[in-house]
Amino acid sequence: MATATVNLVGLQKSDYKGRPTTLCQGCGHNSISSQIMAACYEMSIPPEEIIKLSGIGCSSKSPAYFLGRSHGFNSLHGRMPSLGTGAIMANRTLKAIGVSGDGDTASIGVGQFIHMMRRNPPLVYIIENNGVYGLTKGQFSATADKGQSLKKQGTNPFMPVDLCLQALAANCGFVARSFAGDPKQVKELIKAAVSYEGTAVLDIISPCVTFNNRDESTKSYSWGKEHETPLHDVTYVPAREEIKVDYEPGETISVKMHDGSTLVLQKLDRDYDPTDRMQATQLLEDARTSQKLITGLLYVNHDQPPLPESENLPDEPLASLPPEKLRPSQDSLANVMAEFA
Amino acid sequence: MTDAVTEEARLQSSVDKPPIVNDLSMVVATVNGTGSQTSNMALIRALFRMGIPVSGKNLFPSNIQGLPTWFTIRASGEGFVARRETIEILVAMNEATFQEDLAGLVEGGVCFYPDNWTQPRKRQDLVYYPMPVQELLKQQSPPRDLRDYIANMVYVGVVAEILSIEMDEIRAALETHFNGRAKPVEMNMAMVDAAAQWAADNLTKQDPYMVERSNQTEGLVLIDGNTSSALGAVYGGVNFAAWYPITPASSLADALLEYLPRLRKDPESGKATYAVIQAEDELAAIGMTVGAGWAGARSMTSTSGPGISLMAEFAGLAFFAEIPIVIWDVQRMGPSTGMPTRTSQGDLLFVRFLGHGDSRHVFLLPGSVAECFEFGWRAFDLAERLQTPIFVLSDLDLGMNLWMSERFEFPDVPMDRGKVLSEQDLDELGEYARYRDVDGDGIPYRTLPGNRHPLAAWFARGTGHNDQAIYSERPEDWTENMARLWRKHDTARGYVPAPIVDHMQGAEIGLIGFGSTLSAIEEARARLSQQGVPTDFLRLRAVPFSESVREFVRTHERIYVVEMNTDAQMRQLLQLDLPDQATKLKALNHNDGLPLTARWIMEELLSQEGK
Repeated sequence: MATATVNLVGLQKSDYKGRPTTLCQGCGHNSISSQIMAACYEMSIPPEEIIKLSGIGCSSKSPAYFLGRSHGFNSLHGRMPSLGTGAIMANRTLKAIGVSGDGDTASIGVGQFIHMMRRNPPLVYIIENNGVYGLTKGQFSATADKGQSLKKQGTNPFMPVDLCLQALAANCGFVARSFAGDPKQVKELIKAAVSYEGTAVLDIISPCVTFNNRDESTKSYSWGKEHETPLHDVTYVPAREEIKVDYEPGETISVKMHDGSTLVLQKLDRDYDPTDRMQATQLLEDARTSQKLITGLLYVNHDQPPLPESENLPDEPLASLPPEKLRPSQDSLANVMAEFA
Repeated sequence: MTDAVTEEARLQSSVDKPPIVNDLSMVVATVNGTGSQTSNMALIRALFRMGIPVSGKNLFPSNIQGLPTWFTIRASGEGFVARRETIEILVAMNEATFQEDLAGLVEGGVCFYPDNWTQPRKRQDLVYYPMPVQELLKQQSPPRDLRDYIANMVYVGVVAEILSIEMDEIRAALETHFNGRAKPVEMNMAMVDAAAQWAADNLTKQDPYMVERSNQTEGLVLIDGNTSSALGAVYGGVNFAAWYPITPASSLADALLEYLPRLRKDPESGKATYAVIQAEDELAAIGMTVGAGWAGARSMTSTSGPGISLMAEFAGLAFFAEIPIVIWDVQRMGPSTGMPTRTSQGDLLFVRFLGHGDSRHVFLLPGSVAECFEFGWRAFDLAERLQTPIFVLSDLDLGMNLWMSERFEFPDVPMDRGKVLSEQDLDELGEYARYRDVDGDGIPYRTLPGNRHPLAAWFARGTGHNDQAIYSERPEDWTENMARLWRKHDTARGYVPAPIVDHMQGAEIGLIGFGSTLSAIEEARARLSQQGVPTDFLRLRAVPFSESVREFVRTHERIYVVEMNTDAQMRQLLQLDLPDQATKLKALNHNDGLPLTARWIMEELLSQEGK
């Protein structure tokens, strides 16, 4: 009798599915949704231990289309960071995956984006970045390149906001860039981000096939395929697996995650130290001037405590503390009252 | 007649006046940032501990240092603690407002002031007590950095001597203020004693005002509303609070940060059973609050009108996605930045309908510091029972000023966590639909993130949804869901705190009021009754209205709705709820930034009654 393939918690791939997508056929976001499902399946995380969070926009609709057995919240435009911060503080045992877009993050939500990174709640913050407002039918977003042309609005005169640079400036401890057309890298980076204890930002170029996929657009599939320059080959190795040594010494960098897993970064054509913030900043400047799509783990550190630690929270969720831990005694009230007599 | 003769005659007449005991309003006029709070607290606490009913109101500018501030203490043997227009005693410590302050005193009032001021004493009808502030400072020579504070102790000593405030109670009040730390108590008390001694040696009492020990404050406490609200939340099991600084709500969050570490740390692990986050703005404050409420925490935020404006979008989302949260609105004067340090009840309509499209919110109306405490914990029960934002509308007067109260009662019911399904529940049910009205009361069942049952998950959204929380634009899904929300809103009428009704024999007039105006209304009713105008009174404690509100309106010929806003907002809400009674409801509203007074209520009511 043929048995279905299951992961370590006995679940099949189909247990990680969501509702059918309503995004356009070929949308980069659908590819990212697939990699989120694949990553969670392969990591054997029960979907009930994950929460999905989003703001407003095409990207923010997508949490309905993956992990149907996870609680989710499709909230307000640009406000996913605050929502996620509250949720994870109420229950720190959950894995939070937030999905946002370039409009949601770089424009209306840029303030919350920065303040969330400053506080460092554990949350995977995926930006599905296509340089355009899709649901409102094709306006420039703040990540659109200067000189970029759109059917509806002509040529964009303004410099783009680089969300990875913003994340570096805000002291984010996990900053990565990827490309929806490179699903293997997307998946490995998602796994690493999920294992990171703090806010992990993943800026993923995710082409909009309807409004911004012309060859000359830096957010198109063809441009991405042609210009993607991975920093390294990324492999996520779970805690329970041994790292298979098939690299030459000096050819890899290993990044240890809190949960014991390791991110193995195999050197490609340059030396790159992802723990050097200045180097990361320089790299992004170079990428902009040379018009390259540099992908991979740009920066990682574990210096900042995650928010539940800064706030001295217990291991168990605040949301499930019993009443006797939440209501001080009657005597204590009498004592407080006596101070005001 | 020479001036000297007039003076002598006047003095003689004031001495002949019978003493006025335990009935005075005293204002201390200072410059903000000069540390008069310790002195004012010493005076009011001493009076309170002498058993005399008191209230203390700080009238302050939107400024950190250098502008005029007035602290008013009312002492009333009759037990009335509302603001009163008339001021009998002035402690003038701000030369810039001296003439203005003098002009505000009643005929024959009293003025204490530093003796080195050179301004003319324009009012001849007053009793003046010059105080040698500089001289006493020289004698006591306190440390330079404490000079201003200690200087303020001069008026504590002189006033105490002239009004017969007991010196032991001044000392006890200072001990409370300084948490029993001996050094500051002794340093301040040394000046109080020196000033009192100087007054005893050099001043002759020429005014009729005095206080004497009573027994009317036994067992009571003196506390501000924001501290009370925060304590309520602490005992209500608050898990999560997010806030952004704003007057007059900041001290509520400050009090959370003071009492939570003391009362709500797990004694074994030392870990917090709560988190308080200062957000980057009110958008984020309520966003975090909604996230935590959705994930199962007892979650709250506290703000004032401008913050409520920023919270509108999330409030609509929380209403529609049915997320339990508590929002304290400590109201201040608007519109816009308005008068940020002055009180008002002007957010009623805004909060009631906060959010675009159709939305109606439940709000509670504490009328005392004891109710700030009670609604502080009860609001969480209501939010989780009704799965909706619960607003609590306090105001600057209630929140930031000092009120007497019975000691707060420990919650008399266990926490109500509402309709939450566990894994076991879902196993037994075998199916789950987040927004289905299983019980017919409009309140659906929720599951919390982290519930391990495969049926537990649902997708919270602000978009149209069917009863399984799945996106829907079907007209029937929309209308059915909204009809259920209104059914739930009707259910709320039975859960929210019922109004309190007080009848008087022979009353034809009905008064409706709420919130911080309670003390003024009580005083007005007592005095009106003495004048042969008895009134019935219904004190609202929540919106939506319960059946007893409708009953009260139906059974009175004329109803006056007392409130502190320009648009008679509560009257409008009542008229919307009771369209067939609308013309009976008359506005008795006033809105100038100051707490309502009994006199204003009486005069306005009698005028409208044609009396």
